[in-house]
Amino acid sequence: MDSILQIDNLTVSFNGFRAVNHVKTEIEKGEIRFFIGPNGAGKTTLLDAICGRVKPQSGQVLFSGNLDVTRYSEHEIVNIGIGRKFQVPSVFAHMSVYENMELAVVKDRSLYSSIFHKLNNEQRERIEDILVTIGLYEKRLNTPKALSHGEKQWLEIGMLLAQEPKLMLLDEPVAGMGRSETDVTGKLLEKIARNCTIIVVEHDMEFVKDYATKVTVLHEGAILDEGSVSEVQSNQKVIDVYLGRGGEGECLM
Amino acid sequence: MTEANVRNSRFDLRRLTKSKELLVFAFLILLLVFAPLFLSIFRVNLLGKFIAYAILAIGLDLIWGFTGILSLGHGVFFGLGAYCMAMYLKLEAAQGKLPDFMSWSGLESLPWFWKPFTNSALAIVMAILIPTGLAFVIGFFTFKNRIRGVYFSILSQALAIIFSVLFVGQQAYTGGTNGLTNYRSIMGFSLSSDTTKLTLYYISLALLVVTYLFCNFLVKRRIGRILVAIRDGENRVRFSGYNPATYKIFVYCLSAAIAGLAGAVFVPQVGIISPAEMGIVPSIEMVIWVAIGGRGTLIGAVIGAILVNALKSGISDSFPDVWSYFIGLAFVFVVLLMPQGIVGLVKEMARRFKQPPNHTEHLSTDKAA
Repeated sequence: MDSILQIDNLTVSFNGFRAVNHVKTEIEKGEIRFFIGPNGAGKTTLLDAICGRVKPQSGQVLFSGNLDVTRYSEHEIVNIGIGRKFQVPSVFAHMSVYENMELAVVKDRSLYSSIFHKLNNEQRERIEDILVTIGLYEKRLNTPKALSHGEKQWLEIGMLLAQEPKLMLLDEPVAGMGRSETDVTGKLLEKIARNCTIIVVEHDMEFVKDYATKVTVLHEGAILDEGSVSEVQSNQKVIDVYLGRGGEGECLM
Repeated sequence: MTEANVRNSRFDLRRLTKSKELLVFAFLILLLVFAPLFLSIFRVNLLGKFIAYAILAIGLDLIWGFTGILSLGHGVFFGLGAYCMAMYLKLEAAQGKLPDFMSWSGLESLPWFWKPFTNSALAIVMAILIPTGLAFVIGFFTFKNRIRGVYFSILSQALAIIFSVLFVGQQAYTGGTNGLTNYRSIMGFSLSSDTTKLTLYYISLALLVVTYLFCNFLVKRRIGRILVAIRDGENRVRFSGYNPATYKIFVYCLSAAIAGLAGAVFVPQVGIISPAEMGIVPSIEMVIWVAIGGRGTLIGAVIGAILVNALKSGISDSFPDVWSYFIGLAFVFVVLLMPQGIVGLVKEMARRFKQPPNHTEHLSTDKAA
């Protein structure tokens, strides 16, 4: 299989503190890759570096073979095919669900197009398809205020989908969700993974077990282990620093 | 509730509120069209000044109410537009000679940058282009560098100080503290004649309508949603693939252009422009008009500007000292008790009185879901 993202010796530091330290990994097309690890392990920072939110001190992030994303600004990275969802659901509160989707589905994001071009039929159909997929079609004319926490997360994932990314970065997509909502989200990710690679940062070990193709365990900015869920689970170092501590990995133990 | 019902009730509600805003605007314009029949020419002239302010308020609302960027220096753009127009009027009044204040300051010939303003059309174009250009330069460096929120507001306020000090200091070129005044005519028509005053009033009114309709067109387009999205979640906008800086620079330039136009409309009717009109205090007052009228709705900005200024002239006619306290109190009152201003209050009241019974049911099912 081809790899879609190569992270090569990536180091991100904040005032001398190395939040991400010489991370090297490769993500293959169609994977649902999970980044796990205790708080402060650098998972979110790693996502931030991939989507251009922080600039690394050294190293490269190669996307689709040869594009070094660390050279692009955030909106350019989106336009080359990387979508990012943040931990706290961030959707636009004063617009309807449909209008939220509208801003995401447009491909020509220039000033001119935003004044003179309306959505075409294909884009409208695409929005409706996605709304059906994320289960928000009936609520498309409501503002996000009327949505539950889980639905807001889905809306944001739907907005990402509308961008038609090749790679999706999701930061704790199931945090604050109940079991059934978590399962719906998992199924949604599996569906999305058919034509898009996904990287997820997550603490919910049961969710990780159910949906991960491969797991990368981070600890203090560096990769501790990488492999399938069962491989990682049996690694003594991983149990010591993360899974065995009870708190965040309790579902597994 | 079935899906079709939801769709219908929502769409109707929206179409109604949208067209209602236009309806209110049309009604307001109708009032202003017929106002000269009932008012003395002095009052009409005053109303013309308020209309100039209303034009400015629309632009300010676009950047503050819609995009969430609080500019505390819009007096500068207004002032620059006004000075461009005033330079033309001054040159026409001088009839080929050097304007009076220049000879008092010892200048012997007309400075080069005054020369283009002998042409009225060019002066009007400059009244819009110069503020736009300034906004572009400032906007480019601030928004590209992601200076935002309070930092931008402080910066814009500094702009107001810089320009008012600059204009006071350069007396030979700008007329100093006194500003530019003593005009005689505009394109050959005497400014003291009632017909000219009435014509200027109707031109202002027409420009208000054009500005309103243009901005209304913009906010109904996708760009309107993008601006609101920048206000509500700039980060999400960026990660939806838009460059917020482009949109911010655009809206800053547009609102500066509108402010410049307002300044050009203001000067021939009021007969004077001085640095006092472009400093911090007038800049903040402009923000207050929008806040009181209701930010985020274009009609709110228009109502706020006209109402507050009508009150101002009413109150300061009878009690000149009371005005500052009054406007201060009104601002505090609005911020604390009606954050969406007059328009927000009216909408809320209308919603409470006329809420259809099935609407509550609809909302509660949403919450339960």
